[in-house]
Amino acid sequence: MSLNPARVAREFPSRYRLEAARCSGCGRVAFPARLVCPHCRGTVLSPVTLHPDGKVVTFTVIHVPPAEFKGQSPYVLAVVELEAGVRMTCQIVDVDPLAVQTGMQVRLEFRRIQEDGEAGVIAYGHKAVPA
Amino acid sequence: MREVAIIGVGLSQWGEIWGSSLRSLWTEAALAALADAGIDRVDTITVGSMSPGLFVGQEHLGALLADEIGMAGVPATRVESACASGGVSLKAAFAEVASGLASIALATGVEKMTDVSGDECTAALATAADAELEVFHGATFPGLYALMARAHMERYGTTREQLAMVAVKNHKHGSLNPRAQYRQVITVNDVVRSARVADPLNVLDCSPITDGAAAVVLAEIGLARKLAKGRPVVRIAGIGHATDCIALHNRPDMTTIPATTKAAERALAMAGKRPQDMHLVELHDCFTIAEIVVLESLGLCAPGEGGKQAESGRTALGGALPVNVSGGLKSKGHPVGATGIAQIVELTTQLRGEAGKRQVAGAKLGLAQNMGGTGASTVVTVVEVAS
Repeated sequence: MSLNPARVAREFPSRYRLEAARCSGCGRVAFPARLVCPHCRGTVLSPVTLHPDGKVVTFTVIHVPPAEFKGQSPYVLAVVELEAGVRMTCQIVDVDPLAVQTGMQVRLEFRRIQEDGEAGVIAYGHKAVPA
Repeated sequence: MREVAIIGVGLSQWGEIWGSSLRSLWTEAALAALADAGIDRVDTITVGSMSPGLFVGQEHLGALLADEIGMAGVPATRVESACASGGVSLKAAFAEVASGLASIALATGVEKMTDVSGDECTAALATAADAELEVFHGATFPGLYALMARAHMERYGTTREQLAMVAVKNHKHGSLNPRAQYRQVITVNDVVRSARVADPLNVLDCSPITDGAAAVVLAEIGLARKLAKGRPVVRIAGIGHATDCIALHNRPDMTTIPATTKAAERALAMAGKRPQDMHLVELHDCFTIAEIVVLESLGLCAPGEGGKQAESGRTALGGALPVNVSGGLKSKGHPVGATGIAQIVELTTQLRGEAGKRQVAGAKLGLAQNMGGTGASTVVTVVEVAS
């Protein structure tokens, strides 16, 4: 994926601050924030910052990675559920892949995700670690 | 709405075809379908292709390919829905003939995947997932299906061996198909011991990278009867299409594919049929777990029972519900934009009774399921021998 600086920058709210949006109609939370609630199509949403605690819903160990992630494999990729039922896909790090289990408690930390060569943009975001 | 029949089918060579370009593969399939139909003109052309821009640096396929067969002037459009591009190509052509906008349509699909490196191919395929929410974090397609596989295994007790049995069955079927890319018979042990890709999926759980094209000619049924020349007339009895959120994690239940269920309900309602009426099914086994989940999502078995279908022999050639007798994506190959059309080529060949060693005896009614991404786009088509 191209790490165009404008693209990386406009993703700062969700990637740096875990900003989401709560729908005033149905109360459900969309992450990242959206203009239209995917559940009830409401258009009045207010910003909400998610708490970084969550649990593992399902996971895999990637042995054949995309080119940008060759230095990281094998790595654990998981679906993590945060508060209010919000789910995200992210890596789980600082753990033996064989020790990861469904239901495991994790916490999101701010980490380097990928970089565009030696002089290019470095993209940051969240990875989960055991809580 | 007018009734629509399939009057011609054609495939190009399938495999790693270094000597053929996108346009030559497509031409091979298109000419084969036109010759099979016994016609030399069409009113409209649709081209399903997922990512020719990334695979061969070419967009604007509609005009390019119409001209390639000397049909510049004919309306021609490329349509895209990731690996369901073939299915939506069929649907677009069906709609034109059913509505009366066209009398004869050439519905095609093509993908030329081996002009790029493995890494470039992975990156092109990954564009069918959510770039910001999945691929950014290191997701791959085997990885996303592996997330579904683990969820299914933990919820229902589906086993590693049951996943492998899907690949074993489909390779056995493919061994009977002269057009299949990988015709060797494999064992459960081969699959379980093959190289790890994304735990629990190994390389033999994954469909291959394939160059290929497929084409079908559609016509209004009255015209189809005149051109039949004694062969059975195969009609499109129903077609359904549905979408879902493309990020897998946003689906409450990752052990099922709701867009497949919705598309099937629409296609079956149009056809006036039930899932259990089908004589054979071609479905989108891009990974072994996909066949298991899709069988359940189509209502062909109960939730959680998908793993037992290949194991029991029910879905093998000769079983009660043969699935992927072509070899499926796993053995026949998966040129992503061509797959949805190739499934219709197989069903039509079967319903005409022309499938040779892999013929399903007495097949009169079949269903195809073609999906893109982790199932966020699905097209389901029901075809039957017209009475």
